[in-house]
Amino acid sequence: MSDDRRIDTETGTETTGHSWDGIEELNTPLPRWWLWTFYATIVWGVIYTILFPAWPLLSGATAGLLGYSTRGEVQAEIDRVDLSNAKLTESLATVDLGVLEANEDLHRFAIQAGRSVFAANCSQCHGAGAAGVVASGYPNLLDDDWLWGGTLEDIAHTVRHGIRNEEDAEARFSMMPSFDWLEREEISATADYVRSLSGLDHDAEAAQAGARIFADNCAACHGGDGRGDRTLGAPNLADAIWLRGGLHEDIVRQMRAPRHGVMPPWGDRLGEAEVRAVAAYVHGLGGGERQVAEEVTDAQATEAATVPDASFPAGAEETPSQTGEPDVQPVE
Amino acid sequence: MPSDATPLFAAREPIFPRRVSGFFRRLKWAILILTLGIYYIVPWIRWDRGPALPDQAVLVDLANRRFHFFWIEIWPHEFYFVAGLLIMAGLGLFLFTSALGRVWCGYACPQTVWTDLFLTVERWIEGDRNARLRLHRAPMSLRKARLRLTKWAVWLLISVATGGAWVFYFADAPTLLRDLVHLQAAPVAYATIGILTATTFLFGGFLREQICIYMCPWPRIQGAMIDPGTLTVGYRDWRGEPRGKGGVKRRQAAAQAVGGGDAVARYGAAAGKDLAAPRLSRDGATLGDCVDCHACVAVCPMGIDIREGQQMECITCALCIDACDDVMAKLGRPRGLIDYLALDDEPPVVPGATAEVAGLAEHPAGEVAGAARPHWQPKPLWRHVFRPRTLVYTAAWAAIGVALVVALFIRPEIDMTVAPVRNPTFVTLSDGSTRNAYDIRLRNKHGDARPFALSLAQGTPLRLALEGADDARVTVPADSTRLQRVYVTAAPGAVAAGAAHTDLRIWVRDTISGERAHDDTIFNGTGEPK
Ligand code: SF4
Ligand code: SF4
Repeated sequence: MSDDRRIDTETGTETTGHSWDGIEELNTPLPRWWLWTFYATIVWGVIYTILFPAWPLLSGATAGLLGYSTRGEVQAEIDRVDLSNAKLTESLATVDLGVLEANEDLHRFAIQAGRSVFAANCSQCHGAGAAGVVASGYPNLLDDDWLWGGTLEDIAHTVRHGIRNEEDAEARFSMMPSFDWLEREEISATADYVRSLSGLDHDAEAAQAGARIFADNCAACHGGDGRGDRTLGAPNLADAIWLRGGLHEDIVRQMRAPRHGVMPPWGDRLGEAEVRAVAAYVHGLGGGERQVAEEVTDAQATEAATVPDASFPAGAEETPSQTGEPDVQPVE
Repeated sequence: MPSDATPLFAAREPIFPRRVSGFFRRLKWAILILTLGIYYIVPWIRWDRGPALPDQAVLVDLANRRFHFFWIEIWPHEFYFVAGLLIMAGLGLFLFTSALGRVWCGYACPQTVWTDLFLTVERWIEGDRNARLRLHRAPMSLRKARLRLTKWAVWLLISVATGGAWVFYFADAPTLLRDLVHLQAAPVAYATIGILTATTFLFGGFLREQICIYMCPWPRIQGAMIDPGTLTVGYRDWRGEPRGKGGVKRRQAAAQAVGGGDAVARYGAAAGKDLAAPRLSRDGATLGDCVDCHACVAVCPMGIDIREGQQMECITCALCIDACDDVMAKLGRPRGLIDYLALDDEPPVVPGATAEVAGLAEHPAGEVAGAARPHWQPKPLWRHVFRPRTLVYTAAWAAIGVALVVALFIRPEIDMTVAPVRNPTFVTLSDGSTRNAYDIRLRNKHGDARPFALSLAQGTPLRLALEGADDARVTVPADSTRLQRVYVTAAPGAVAAGAAHTDLRIWVRDTISGERAHDDTIFNGTGEPK
């Protein structure tokens, strides 16, 4: 083909000799700067592979003279954020929980940190949406029913020490005894009475008999009116929430062979700041209770006010307050 | 490959465009001053939006994700405005290209404008074409070094100003200028200025036409959008050819004129001009109007000869028109040997010349024009600008523009979107009531904080409450959004509590201005009616 090369009369440029249906290709020379640019990219490429991780080896790759790694970059970023949050974290670990909500910035910081803590540590049992699992007896944390109390302080204590955790003397602990020594009818009658407390369908006659049995055996923990006792973790039997199910047979089963939830202590694993953070998050899910009766003293108010402002990482894209980030966000 | 073959690469042929004056040059000056003026001045225009918002008239606020344009503020969720403007820009390009060819390249492209500016500086310092040519060929001397360094210094100043102006669009200009001078600005600002300075200096000073020929996609796109009815810069070869220096003063020889003279006369008559007086060469042959003075070539910033026909390189800057008109005026010939013309307006045949009129090559050269199209005459200018094709583009362009303006005026100042929380879909509370949670995003586009009141449609038995608040009010800071979790509760035994789904409308009211907005969602019940 190259024999057909000729000088094109229009342009004065030589053709390549390639011809398709009479259409010929000109052998127009490359611009010289283009060639230089091409050489420059080659030089750049070589230098780059010397400075940065590049060449694959049997295990891993050449490290590069600059010692750069993406993993290191992420770690540096994490360290930077930790450092810039250090003061805030310390405040969170020490602030009186009764006044945490008074400091909006610190409270928001706690909730946002708590969301991640919850997703990483708590969602396995309580569910990503914190709705619990009724079949397994993992309590729903969204409602307003609390076995051991629903104030910030109560929740933090539960998280810190766990439930029925034998290693920790401060852990919440209680056991419902088995009542299988009662007659089958007695248990059934008691179940009818329990159902009557919250207005569920029941056998009125049996319930009357059950009332006596309840007063003798159950009222010590669940209270005469069945409203439970939080110091003992005895559930309120007069409300609409049933951790172990509210059907007649559910109640019978629980009386004969009680099941007890267990929760590990998180105090040592998470540290105080994260315990409080996750407590604040759970508290803010819709059922949190206010600390009762205790007036916030002047000293406490001052303390709340002197907690450092939320200092989000310098140079970070945005701060939550700027984008109006939520106090509570759904955990999908 | 034999050594006499074409070399693989070639150095750029330097181009030394000559100074030119005329209508199009003046037009280009005006556009240059206008566009550069806008570019450098706009970031410094102030616009009061209240204390919470920046007072820069045009500001792309990346950190806060806002685009301010005088009284208009665009939020990220309103990006369709930007998309609409981009579509309009695209359609505008179609429109202008189909009507006027590469008019963008010739007048408004930054590459053209800055190259023009750099060329002007070059001319001031090193002189016009011939002086620059001499300087280029001269060996390095003290004078040459001085001139070169001065030129580069001025170019560099312009480049820094260019890169500098760019960053002012992205931050408060006075503050940023102060920070820049005190070396306290963000590194990204310096990097941006550095890169833009380098590209301006390189593209305007050295690469120039190489950008258009080798790097820019517009020439290819625009080349594909031009048709024979498009007005573009061209050379009337039927009038100019055969070119040559006239030997004898032109004289009335229309009667015996052959070929060119005949067609020229007919065209002149149609155009109302007397073109019927051909020039004669020294040996008596009839000549066209082109005196082959190369003025059009000398002024061309792309370094091409427009007389060779439409070329990929031509940016239609029209400077060759000015140059040629000048020559024609001196010769006493009518202007417009090189002119804005539409190919389908030109006589289909090139009488007496070998060159072909582009697009009409099927007509054998030498055929008499008049015989092919006896009643042919050029269309008026407006018929080229207003054609079905351009009208369709204009209509589409205007439709989008009108839609954007309407959208701009009807968009609300407050805005709400409701997202139901679906994990879980509902929660039963201890008193037996059923609760749903919603994440509500409230937008306040006002320049001050606004207390918003949330409520449900009147008469609904459902109750609405806010997380962490005792009433249903939430204050949204100025110019921002706020995500608020909201609970809606149905009393035990209520219809909504037992139904699987109930329609729900949530209202938000700006308690200061009284504006209202709403969003519809669903309330999930237990699905077990009592
Ligand atoms: S070819 Fe490209 S760079 Fe050159 S003037 Fe046209 S649009 Fe601008
Ligand atoms: S030929 Fe050259 S001078 Fe004439 S319009 Fe084209 S680019 Fe401009």
